[in-house]
Amino acid sequence: MLRLSELTYFAMVGHSLDDLPDEACGLLAGPLGTGKVMVAYRCRNDAASARLYTVNSQDMLRADRDAQSRGLDIIGVYHSHTHTEPYPSPTDVAQAPDPAWHYVIVSLSEAEPRLRSYRIVDGTVTEEPVALERR
Amino acid sequence: MPVVVRLPTVLRNSAGGQATVQANGSTVGEVFEDLVRQFPLLAGQVVQDDGTMHKFVNVYRNDEDVRYLEKLDTKVSGDDVISILPAVAGG
Repeated sequence: MLRLSELTYFAMVGHSLDDLPDEACGLLAGPLGTGKVMVAYRCRNDAASARLYTVNSQDMLRADRDAQSRGLDIIGVYHSHTHTEPYPSPTDVAQAPDPAWHYVIVSLSEAEPRLRSYRIVDGTVTEEPVALERR
Repeated sequence: MPVVVRLPTVLRNSAGGQATVQANGSTVGEVFEDLVRQFPLLAGQVVQDDGTMHKFVNVYRNDEDVRYLEKLDTKVSGDDVISILPAVAGG
């Protein structure tokens, strides 16, 4: 399960809207193995594309350092799908870097943004519940 | 003089669960060779069989991505910290 504060939820959805027409991407930090997101880091999409994303490598380093300084680790990534369903694309599955991570997708293909979270292990995609917490 | 190498969560299991290890070398490539000598499970995970850097990792010398320096030939000295992080991309 992915546990999100309302703040991180709206940060991800807001970032996804801000970066239209391109895909937005960012990293999630929390205590390892808990699924609890404490910080969502906005990152630059070096692909600058409506169909692809590449997390800027300096933003990756900055997020990792900040997470370490808080005693956290990077536990996942979020990105937006501007015109498609909130489901990992073949590219997302092929390039998923860590089986322990949570893969969040914000779809903007309908009027209301839809946020979903997945685990991707050895090419197998499994949706997981997302719990919104007040704090 | 050994340099500090920081490992991402996905590679820690291949290095005895450690987040930070030490390795010797005067270039990033030599440091990785020493790393694989110490932790054979890391073979192929950072440097590919053809001797080039894996495209799914970012490697930094301190604050700089070595792709924009001299890649595996980037010089390192005792005060440097080498960080390995996932290169995150998708569609």
